[in-house]
Amino acid sequence: MNDKVLMRGTHIIGETAVRSGCRFYAGYPITPQNELTEYMAGAIAKLKDGTFIQAESEIAAVNMVIGASMAGARAMTSSSSPGISLKQEGISFLAAQELPAVIVNSMRGGPGLGNIAPTQGDYFQATRGGGHGDYRCIVLAPAYSQELADITRRAFEYADRFTTPVMILIDGMMGQMMEPVVFPEPIDPRELPPKSWVLDGAKGRPSRIIKSLILDVVKEEEHNWKLYRKYENIKKEIQEAETYLTEDAKLVVIAYGTAARIAKGAIKRVRDIGLKVGLLRPLSLWPFPRRILDDTSRFVKEFLVYEMNTGQMVEDVELALKRSSEIHFYGRPGGIVSTPDEIAKVITSLYYRRHLEED
Amino acid sequence: MTAQLVFKRPRYLKKTVFHYCPGCGHSIIHRLVAEVIEELGIGEITIGVPPAGCAVLAYDYFDVDMGEAPHGRGPAVATGIKRMLPDRIVFSYQGDGDIAAIGTAETIHAANRGENITVIFVNNSCYGMTGGQMAPTTVVGQESTTTPGGRDIKRDGAPIDLSEMLALARGSVYIERTSVNSIKNIVKTKKALTKAFKIQMSGLGFSLVEILSPCPTNWKLSPLDSCKWIDETITQTFPLKVIKDETIKTEL
Amino acid sequence: MKKTVFAGFGGQGVLMMGYLFAVAAMKDGKEVTYLPSYGAEMRGGTANCTVVVSDEEIFSPVASSPDYTVIMNKPSLIKYENLIKAGGTIFFNSSLIDYHLIRDDVVLEKIPANEIARQLGSERTVNMIMLGAFVAKTGLTSLESIMNSLQETVKGKKTAVMKLNRKGLDMGAGFVLKELRNEND
Repeated sequence: MNDKVLMRGTHIIGETAVRSGCRFYAGYPITPQNELTEYMAGAIAKLKDGTFIQAESEIAAVNMVIGASMAGARAMTSSSSPGISLKQEGISFLAAQELPAVIVNSMRGGPGLGNIAPTQGDYFQATRGGGHGDYRCIVLAPAYSQELADITRRAFEYADRFTTPVMILIDGMMGQMMEPVVFPEPIDPRELPPKSWVLDGAKGRPSRIIKSLILDVVKEEEHNWKLYRKYENIKKEIQEAETYLTEDAKLVVIAYGTAARIAKGAIKRVRDIGLKVGLLRPLSLWPFPRRILDDTSRFVKEFLVYEMNTGQMVEDVELALKRSSEIHFYGRPGGIVSTPDEIAKVITSLYYRRHLEED
Repeated sequence: MTAQLVFKRPRYLKKTVFHYCPGCGHSIIHRLVAEVIEELGIGEITIGVPPAGCAVLAYDYFDVDMGEAPHGRGPAVATGIKRMLPDRIVFSYQGDGDIAAIGTAETIHAANRGENITVIFVNNSCYGMTGGQMAPTTVVGQESTTTPGGRDIKRDGAPIDLSEMLALARGSVYIERTSVNSIKNIVKTKKALTKAFKIQMSGLGFSLVEILSPCPTNWKLSPLDSCKWIDETITQTFPLKVIKDETIKTEL
Repeated sequence: MKKTVFAGFGGQGVLMMGYLFAVAAMKDGKEVTYLPSYGAEMRGGTANCTVVVSDEEIFSPVASSPDYTVIMNKPSLIKYENLIKAGGTIFFNSSLIDYHLIRDDVVLEKIPANEIARQLGSERTVNMIMLGAFVAKTGLTSLESIMNSLQETVKGKKTAVMKLNRKGLDMGAGFVLKELRNEND
């Protein structure tokens, strides 16, 4: 079954989740991600050892995931922006209780109810924790259908390995789009390494507690530092980005997800007319791939950040590059998907301010 | 004359001192739950879900696996655990604010889905841990820090009959309201808890025991007067009775 | 890289046309993306999908100015007349749409798909006729590949239905090829 198949993005995530040993999914209908919920309903119905629940609310769904994760299962929920806001309480608990889980956010226009068009308005919410408290969430941003599969597999691995929630950040376009994909081999969840903290009844061992309430301030401080050390470790381990035509570039565009595909199309166009422009595409948004930015900034001194919002990731770029480079921003919020031509024009006008074609 | 052991710490209570106020019903209810778990022989397969509220520290007292839920989400967390481990016994332990206000949706839908879990609903008609504010179950006329002059239906709305509402849910099997304000009622409560857990062990579905519990600190009454006040006042709004029992035809 | 938009009312098989084409191109070894319109738009109103076929990596799955459009209703025809590339081809179902283009820099391919379908005895083959015409004219894939992708998509369909679909494809293809021969004569 390892042939190339043409499949919708949401279905690719669902199929890969099941193949990655995910045996619990709870969700609530919201556009644009309903096809993932529907796919999980069908896929889990075919399993003997899985549970699908259409929950009464986004909040209930994420809390069911907390329970399933406590019980040791690989568990997932998904939603779109307004629903992810509701899930933040649960995500904060997952982080505090150090429970693995995968959360998919198919971003839509906002704030408020907004619209269902593709945007990147939830970058801050995703990468800054989102819920209350001093925590981080691993955030992965695929741009291609094959990456949806590869990243979903990795998301479950990271979640288990670091016992922490992992968010997959997509938008309605990626969720709806079909592209050929080759799926990873299925994993039998019974063959995954046992988890030492699972709540499955204290048979032949001392009883266990999974909790986040730590009234003793000294212990709570230590818990926060423990999480901090874990996050520092994650920062060392996970820094993912693709670089494209950066070797000789005089200007590098930084974009992720759908925006990166548009940017790549624009770069192809301006390369055709001789402009030395490249792309840096973060795949991990938290941790932000600062090392790769650092490396690139050694020979590139001008960057254009393009996002489908009014400027969020650009702050991480500014932090990463400090004052060593010139950083421009171009963004379209509200569900507008720029055309490669539009971005090519932005690139060209920036480029000619500084460089001549023959440079 | 040989000494006979008539009273001991139940196996599934840890050797810890409760933090509860003098006269608080939680201590009694914890003990009853631990006794029932021991008597049914399910201590090694039980997972408890404590709430936010006075009983938030229940995981420090019960010597079974315990997984904390966010405020009001106990039935959802318990659902996740139980669905993944259907042969384990899962209970959530919740206060009135937790179950009947912020967690209403999770409770009603867990009951309606017929989740095979047991819910212990401790009703002390106030938000105890946060200092005695009005709860959804605060009775009409009852003083609280947010109902000066007593709960007024016009201003504050009426107390909510959550257990009666849950009885309407198609998936609920057994719902009983008891109290721990007298020895007789304590014995009844233990029977109800036993029945609720047995229902889960038989895989019949959602069981819930609502327990009227004294809160002398916030009621500003002595422990004894608190017990009396339950009889005289609270049971007028929340009568002690079996609210739903679908097991009558079933041999437990 | 060629971008095609299939558009019409929901229920006209517009998404199916695009999907069969995308799968066929994938089986041919091409890079491909398929992007349907989604959400509120999908329920009722018009439906459309964009298929990009390329020998190289595809960047944007969106077609701001498609090379080809296959059009099943009038609102879509008006919309895509404005968007299509100069020199592009509009395939439209002339049995359903009576319309004269304003632009003179695009090619118009009128397919009387419902009339052809009636000859076949099944109005349900309209989208296959349109697809057959599109494939024959553009050569972006083959009728064989479309049949293969159809076989895979509707597993377990009766052979009679498959035969009918095949006939639809052939008739659509035959229509534009005959036109082509007439032009050459």
